[in-house]
Parts: sequence; structure tokens; C-alpha cells
Amino acid sequence: MKPTTRSPLLAVDDLHVAYGKVEALHGVSLRIDAGRIVSVIGPNGAGKTTLLSALMGLLPARGEVHFRGEAQARIAVEQRVGQGLCLVPESRELWSEMSVEDNLRLGAFHRSRARAAELRADLDEVYALFPRLRERLRQAAGTLSGGERQMLALGRALMGRPQLLMLDEPSLGLAPKIVREIFHIIATLRSRGVSILLVEQNARAALQVSDYGYVLETGRVVLEGDSRVLANDPRIVESYLGLAKKAA
Amino acid sequence: MKVETLVVPAATAPARRRWGLPLALLLIAVLPLLLPQFQVTLFNYIGLSSLVCMGLVLLTGIGGLTSFGQAAFVGIAAYLSAWLGTAYGVSPWLTLPLALIVTALTAWSGSLLTLRLSGHYLPLGTLAWGISVYYLFGNLEFLGGHGGLSGIPSLELFGFELREPSSWFWLIWSIVLLSVLAIRHLLDSRPGRAIRALKGGVVMAESCGVDTRHYKTAIFILAALLAALSGWLYAHMQRFVNPTPFGIHAGIEYLFMIVVGGAGYVWGALLGAALITLLKTQLQDWLPLLFGQSGNFEGIVFGVLIIVVLLCARDGLWPALCRWWPWRRAAGITVVPPAEPLPLQPKPARGEPLLDVAAARKEFGGLVAVRDMDFRIAAGEIVGLLGPNGAGKSTMFNLISGVLDATSGEIRFRGERIDQLPSREILARGIGRTFQHVRLIPEMSVLENVAIGAHSRLQVGIGAAMLRLDREAEARLRHEAARQIERVGLAEDMHRPAGSLSLGQQRIVEIARALATDPLLLLLDEPAAGLRHLEKQALAEVLDRLRGEGMSVLIVEHDMDFVMNLVDRLVVMEFGQKLAEGLPLEIQNNPAVLEAYLGGVE
Amino acid sequence: MTFDIAILLTQDGLTNGALYALLALALVLVFAVTRVIFIPQGDFVVLGALTLASLQAGHLPPTLYLLLALGGAVGLIDAVACLRSGRAHAVGRVLLIELGYPLALWALCHWLLPLSQSLWLHALLTLAIVVPLGPSLYRLVFQPLAQSSVLVLLIAAIAVHFALVGLNLLGFGPEGVRTAAFSDAVFEIGSMFIASQNLWIVLVSAVLIVALYLFFERALYGKALLATAFNRTGARLVGISPDLAGRLSFAVAALVGTVAGILMGPITTLYYDSGFLIGLKGFVGAIVGGLASYPLAAGGALLVGLLESGSAFYASAFKEVIVFTLIIPVLLWRSLKSHDRGSEE
Repeated sequence: MKPTTRSPLLAVDDLHVAYGKVEALHGVSLRIDAGRIVSVIGPNGAGKTTLLSALMGLLPARGEVHFRGEAQARIAVEQRVGQGLCLVPESRELWSEMSVEDNLRLGAFHRSRARAAELRADLDEVYALFPRLRERLRQAAGTLSGGERQMLALGRALMGRPQLLMLDEPSLGLAPKIVREIFHIIATLRSRGVSILLVEQNARAALQVSDYGYVLETGRVVLEGDSRVLANDPRIVESYLGLAKKAA
Repeated sequence: MKVETLVVPAATAPARRRWGLPLALLLIAVLPLLLPQFQVTLFNYIGLSSLVCMGLVLLTGIGGLTSFGQAAFVGIAAYLSAWLGTAYGVSPWLTLPLALIVTALTAWSGSLLTLRLSGHYLPLGTLAWGISVYYLFGNLEFLGGHGGLSGIPSLELFGFELREPSSWFWLIWSIVLLSVLAIRHLLDSRPGRAIRALKGGVVMAESCGVDTRHYKTAIFILAALLAALSGWLYAHMQRFVNPTPFGIHAGIEYLFMIVVGGAGYVWGALLGAALITLLKTQLQDWLPLLFGQSGNFEGIVFGVLIIVVLLCARDGLWPALCRWWPWRRAAGITVVPPAEPLPLQPKPARGEPLLDVAAARKEFGGLVAVRDMDFRIAAGEIVGLLGPNGAGKSTMFNLISGVLDATSGEIRFRGERIDQLPSREILARGIGRTFQHVRLIPEMSVLENVAIGAHSRLQVGIGAAMLRLDREAEARLRHEAARQIERVGLAEDMHRPAGSLSLGQQRIVEIARALATDPLLLLLDEPAAGLRHLEKQALAEVLDRLRGEGMSVLIVEHDMDFVMNLVDRLVVMEFGQKLAEGLPLEIQNNPAVLEAYLGGVE
Repeated sequence: MTFDIAILLTQDGLTNGALYALLALALVLVFAVTRVIFIPQGDFVVLGALTLASLQAGHLPPTLYLLLALGGAVGLIDAVACLRSGRAHAVGRVLLIELGYPLALWALCHWLLPLSQSLWLHALLTLAIVVPLGPSLYRLVFQPLAQSSVLVLLIAAIAVHFALVGLNLLGFGPEGVRTAAFSDAVFEIGSMFIASQNLWIVLVSAVLIVALYLFFERALYGKALLATAFNRTGARLVGISPDLAGRLSFAVAALVGTVAGILMGPITTLYYDSGFLIGLKGFVGAIVGGLASYPLAAGGALLVGLLESGSAFYASAFKEVIVFTLIIPVLLWRSLKSHDRGSEE
């Protein structure tokens, strides 16, 4: 399944990102079509988080980024949020001192002109997706467990009604059972029409849930392809564990 | 390893120094004879402020400790000398040492309190202190209240009474010149490097063996002493004191001076003091004319000026001026001369057990970051520590190097328990480290950065450094630093500012700095991160050579090609626990490791 | 000390303490959202009182010039920013808002002043003139410095304070000012006399504190401010602009300062440079709360008020010494509480 030629939701061409003098991404290109899940996998330090931060506007970048056909250069983070781009970062960035419900309501901040009933309905939808959040709606976010915090971060992102949801390592630091649950939810979201850019170190899980995958290694895309094909590629193991190929 | 032949272009020009000092002396001698009296007086005030500002540059600009309370120290010395002189007729030459001692004691006891204040609490503390002292001066009967004390004796020097502004000019500016020399000497020495390292963060400085508290206290007292000197001169020149010039607004003005002049530069202190003093007198003349009423309107201009400087020239005007200076310093040639090598630790035999981690555990609140880790490192071995993000590798590192204390378990180095020792003590036992995010002082040269590493191997006091009695020790330290830089193959770049190097080279500078501590075990935190391919090869060669010389290394690294080719053994962590341990080949084929790295569902 | 004096001192202490508490809350808010230690907080108190006094005297307050100047500067910067980002169509609107507001207010003052002597009208005009200075200052000085360290921001705040003191002197002159009291009534309860102005102060402070509480607890923008204070990145990710939050927090601080000035005017003679010490006393309270806890800050400020009136009675000359020496052990306590090995980086 190659990406089609019609205008994609997100098109990234030759993206370079540098921290001071050190370039962390050397010309990454990728595209995401509406309604699909695309995963970016790769070992630690490959530049995955850098990629998402640059797409969100948190880091300055060189290269072309088009979201819904519009060039994103010189657009601040807050405006990208308004356009429907949403990032759930690896560090979650929740407000631990505030209640679960406040966290969720603030997720819809840029839609503050929306009708109260509409927001209420969205809130109920998030609770339906994550029943555990409803049980804890008055609790401070800081008191939640790791899995619940990830759910809250996802829920907060959904309250913004994003066109493209970018998830950075949603499985990080979670026990295997919770990881399964999170990936189940990701699959559910796709069936509701949310497009997702998924960045994961957990390559197998990511490829299972996504349509298309890119393998990032030291700031470059070294492999890309249909997720099912990619999952069986021995070069992925090599990418993650060095010279494994020679040993095998 | 010989370094006699190290001849490298340097940024410092020795030629400049030869005429700098005579020129300064000439200026001091001649200026008062040429200028009209009121301008000489103006220069005297500039000199007095310069003294305070130099202390503040040392404390705030270089040491990173912000103080709004310097005017209070000026006041303490001025009032003490004034009171003793007027009430008891004590000679100013007796009150000088007394004023210095009292100020030093006040600063020292103050430092016990204030230096414990972290971050922005310190400047707030000095603000409160400045206000309190001002009101104290104004309300103590024996100090004359808000009216102040008058009739203070003037100074006598070699039988002459200093009356004319020009004679004061000679005295004040000689003292200013001596202070400039002393501070510049200090900054270019072992204690000076330690002071400059304070800004790089306590963790870095302590990991190089710098007793950060000691140096913070020292610069606090030094800055207070310079302020006291200024205050003593002021009282006897003015022959009248009242609380106003020692109030909090004066304290803030001193800080403004160095912000405008350039807080990180000794010359910035002089420039700032001159600019603000001149501006103030000018403004006091014509602002009331402009506004048609009298009052202290210069605050408006100062406030706006400071904001403009902060917005446009954050480092102050001195560095900006240097950039515009038409005669750039000619590139000189600096040789690091050979010197007696520094003392070395006795080295363990290859294969002797070095580090022994037993059931080490670290909890943050309820979270267990490191769960009962066990592993050993023998002398002459390179061991890799691997694991996915968040597996607890960095925490493990910080436990060994003493940045964090273990919750339970034992860490032994050569049989001795080190798990509750502070990082400075651990360093002294022979564990050197680098940081994941490079922590060098970017404006210092590579040589100076590496010399910080050798800090704990020789003792040089602050006084000795100021008086230039430290040249032999300094030569030994610089020689050692040069030797380590050559060892890692960076001799070419020895005199460049560390910040101008590529990240790869900076990481290697950090290794040289760690080597300068004379370690038996090196802890390297992601040394290859962000390096280009060739830089990685160079790094691998350096590490391989060190192993050949008997060095042991524990390395955290994500680049698998790099790690697998380099290490003797691997320890893999996941969820804070040891997942596997063994030779690189075994690890690559270990199913549990594959699972941890590639993940999986079902 | 007799019982009567004790009551009197407590009354005084609580009145001043309530005002300091207001300031302390604003200081905590501004610091949490922008990391600015807002030294000019006290200058807003003075600006409020002096502007009101000048209105009561039937003059056009010189604060209007300041408002116009700052508005012009903000308009200029924003207009240039608009042109640079290719939004030339927005330039007119920006200039209209930044310059139109002060000019309209000017005309309004001109028209209303001869018509009415109402205290309420004057108070409202004072608020309309002084409060917008807060966000303008943020836009001009602190927004371009937003990435700087706390110390740079502190130095900038002090510089702003210097400039404001000079401008106050220029505009209002060196004479002290007292505004007309809200009411001259004195209540007698048993053997106690309570000035109604003191009641007003405590009451209005309490109402404002409750209003602020509701703003943060109920209003979306209040929550957005808190969210920025707690986690800046998180706030940006849901579309809360830090610039907006900064301006909003400065507006709240200016509002609180101005209200405090209006309340304080009748009981204290305020000079062009009185703001520094008033602000710093609110500060001692804020620091008791570690610049983070609102209730502790308010409690600390009340304590400062009581301490001040107590020491004014026992050792009036050393009043300021006592209040400001208190700060050092408090700072030490806060510092030790927040200090943890390795947490410095």
C-alpha cells in the first residue's frame, strides 16, 4: 500500500533539525494520508522525539512541512494546535496539581468558543473511551498511575478534536498489560477517523497497529514500507541491536 | 609523554601586557595634572564605584551569585571608620584593618545564611539585608541618625595630608589598578578556574573536585572586602557620611553598573562604573532643566537604559566594545612549558576487582528507579551499560558518581564503601566522569577547562594566586592539562574557547577533563551521542588506547555499532533491574534483550 | 500595653496585612506564570492612589500620558511584527486598539470630570487608566525577555521600578498625597472604635481574594493561567500562548495593585516612591509561601502587617529593620525546604 498521490494530510520534505551546531535530523521526508496510522520506529537517540517536536513547532527546523496543504514554517505552536495538529509528548506534560477534569477541559482551550453542550459531549466521549478517568475526575492528575496518566494525556489531546494526533512513545515505562490496552485504544481511534503519527521504540507493537512505517536511525530514514512487510524485515533487528546480523 | 614541543597559536598576546601596565601608571600619574579639579573628583568617584563593581563582577558576573547588598558593606566600613575616627580619634590607618576584619566577619556570617539560599532567594535575601542595614544606619543614635557623622579625619600618607582631589586620585586609582591586577591574576589560576566553574553548575564543579561552598564563601568575602575598601576611602575623602549612599538604591545601582558595563568582565566593572557615574552627573544637570523642576529623574533614564541593554546587549557593553575595537589582538604564540608532573594515584593491577555494585536500589518517592542492581568492573575493562529509555541507566550512573545517594544496597570501590560519600570524595578515590549533556565552560579555553579537572591534585590559595606566587604550581597544572589534551588527540585546539569546538570534540574535552582528575575508572554518559561517523571512530580509538594504558571504563551508550565493537562486557537494564549480562555476542542473541528492545504485544 | 492599644494595633495590622495579602497573591501569580519577581507591584499601588487623587482634585491625571506612550510603543512593535509576518491587514486594528483606547479614555475623563465628583466614578476611571499599563509593560519589557533567567528578569523588573518611580515624580511631583476617605464613619463596639475605612479595606480585599479564587477555580482563562504556571509546555500544547498568559497575569497584578492603592490612599500618605517598600512587604508574605502557595502567602502577608504595627509601637524607628530582617530566616527556611541534592540543575 503506497501512499496515494492526492494531497496528504501531512507532508514533510527534507526536514533538518539542529541543536546548536549539532544536526539531529538530516533531511527526513515522510507523508501521512488522512485516516491512517503511520509509525516511526527506531532505536534510542535516532531522533524520533526531535522529529515530533519540530513538527509541532517546539524546535526550529529547516525544510518543508505542509499540514492540510498549508506551509507550517513561522507558525507558532499555539496556532498549529488551532489548525488541528496535536502532540502527546513522551513526558505527557500534564498538570499534576489540577484535577483530571480540568486537564481534559483545558485540552479544548483553543475551542473555547465552542458551545458548552458540544464540549460536554466530547468530555463524555472521552470518558466512554477511558472509563477509568471518569472514576477519577476529581482527583489531581499527579496522583494517577502511569497508565492512567497516559490515558489522560490521550484524552486531553482528543478534547482538542485533532486532525492529526502525534503520539510520542505512548508505551514508554508502562507494564505490558497496560501497553496492550493503550495500543487497543489507538486502533479504536483510527476506526473513528483520527489520523495518527505514532513514534515508538516498541517496534513490533507499533507495526502491528499501523498501516505504514518508517525506520529512523541516527537522524535519517533508513527503511520505509508497508507495516506488515516491515515487521518481518531482519534489518530492523540490526538497526536496534547493532551487528546482530553477523552474529546470527 | 613529553609536551615541550607544544607550540600553538593563542588568543592571548603577551606583547600587549608589556606596554599596558606602564601606560596605566602613566595615565594615573598625569591625568590629575591635566584635568580640571571637578573632573578629577568625578574620576575619584568612578574609582570608588569601580572597586565595589569589581567585587560584584567576581561575585555575580563570574561566580553567578547575585547581590543587591554590596552598598551595605561599603556603608559598614565607612561608618565604622567614621565613628571610630570622630568619637575616639582613632587613626584611619588603624581603622582600615579593623574595617576590613569586621566586614569580612559580617560577610562570612552572612554567607553562612545567604549562601544556603538557592536560586532567586539569594538576591532577595541581599535585597532585604540592604534595606535593613540602611534603616539601621539611619536610626542608631551614635551614628548620627539620618543626619550622619561629619568631621571625619582625612588621610595622611608619608606625612602629607591628602587634601587635593588629585592626591586622592593617585591613591584611589593606584588601589583600583592593584585590585584589577590581583583579580585578573586570581582569575587566571587554580582557584580562579574553580570560581569560573561555579557557573557551570555545582554538579560539574564538584565532579572535578571543586569545593563549591568554599569558593562561594570566598568570593562573597572578597567582594565585601573590595566594597569595604571603597567605603573606607569614601569616608575619609568625603569626611562626612550619612545613610543615603549606602541604601538599597545604591546597591541596585552597583548592579546596574556591571550589567551595563559587562558583568562577566573585570574591565566591564570599570566601564560600567564610569558610564553610570558620568551619565548620572550629566542627567542631574540637564534633566531638571528639561522637565522644568528639580528631582531625581535619572531613574527614568537608568531604568530604560538597563532594559535596552538587556534586550540588545545581554552581556554588557564591554564585550560589544571589544568586538568593534579596530585593533584586534594579534594572535600570539603560547607554549605550555614542561613542568614537574603531578602526583599520581597508585594504579591497580590489570584484572584486580575495582567496582562492586551489590543490590543497589534507588527510590524516588514511590517509584523504584534502580531495583537491586548487581555488577562488577575489574581494572582494565570496558563495560557497557545498556537499556531502553527510562531503564534507570542514568540513575545508576549518578549513584556510582555520588550525585545521588542510594536508598539501600552497597557500592564499593577497591573494597571501600562509597555509596554514601559526596561526589568530591568519590572523585578523590579515582572515579572520573563525563556528562550526557556536555558541561564545559564555553568561554574558557580547552586547556583551562581540562585544568579544572586537575583541581584537587595541587593546593593553591586565593591569596597566593592574587600575588602571583603560584606560577610553579600553575605551570604544573597547565602542563598536566596539556598532557591529557594531547593524550586524547586535541592538541591542535588547546587554546581555542571550548564553546567553539564541535560537539564531538567537546565530548572528548570532557574525557580529557575527567582524565586530568587522575581516575582509575571513567564513567562515560553517552559519549557518542550526536557525533558524526568519523568523530565516533576517533572516540573509539581514544577509548581503546586508554584501555591499553590500563584504564577501566563504564559506558552508557545507545549507538550499538559503537558499543558492540568497543566493550569487553555488557550489562543490560530494564525497569531498573538487570536483565542480562555477558559478552556482546551473547547479548545480541539474548531473547529477553531482543524483547526489551523491540518490544512486542502478545 | 493596654487592651485598647492591643486592639488598635491589631486592627491596624490586619488592615495593612489584608492589603499586603492582596499584593502577595498577585506576586505569586506573576512569578508562577512568568518567573518575573515583580518589584514594580508596589509602584502600581502608588500609581492607583496618585491617579485617584489627581482625579479627585479635578485634574487630568498624568498617568494618561504614560498610557498613551506605552500604548504607542506597543502599537509600533506589534505593527512591525504584523508587517514582518505578512499580516499587513492587521496593522490598522493593532494601532486602533493601542492608541484608540488611551485617546478615548482621555476624552472620557475630559468630559466626565467636571460633571461628577463621585468616588465610584473616579475609582473606575483610575482602574481604566492604570490597569492596562500592566499588560503593556509585559509586552514591551518582559515578553522579549521571556526565555531569560529569573535573575535577568529580576534586574529588568527593578529597572522598570526605577523608571516608574522617576515618572511618578515627574508626573505627580514630590508631595505626599492622601485621597478622600470612602466614609468617615467610626463604629463603636463595646470599648472598641473601628474606622469604617479599615472595614472597607478588609471587606474589599476579601471580596477581591474570593473573586480571584473563583476566577482560577471556574473561569477557563483563570485555569489557563494556572496551567501555564504549572506546566508551560503542557499549556502550549493545548494552544495556550505563554505571551497571552503573561499579559493576563500582569493585568491581574496591575488590577490588584491599583485596587490596593485606591484602598490605601485614604489611610496612608503616599509619595511617588512609596511603592518599593509596600511591594516588598507584600513580597515578604509571598516568600513565606515560597512564591508558590497562595494561602501561605496571604497568611504571611497578614503576619507582616501585624508585625509591622507591633514593631511600630515598640520600636518605631526600627520598624523596617525588623520587617526586612524577618525575611532572611524565612528565605532560609524556604530554601532548605526546596533544596535537594542534585535538584539544582
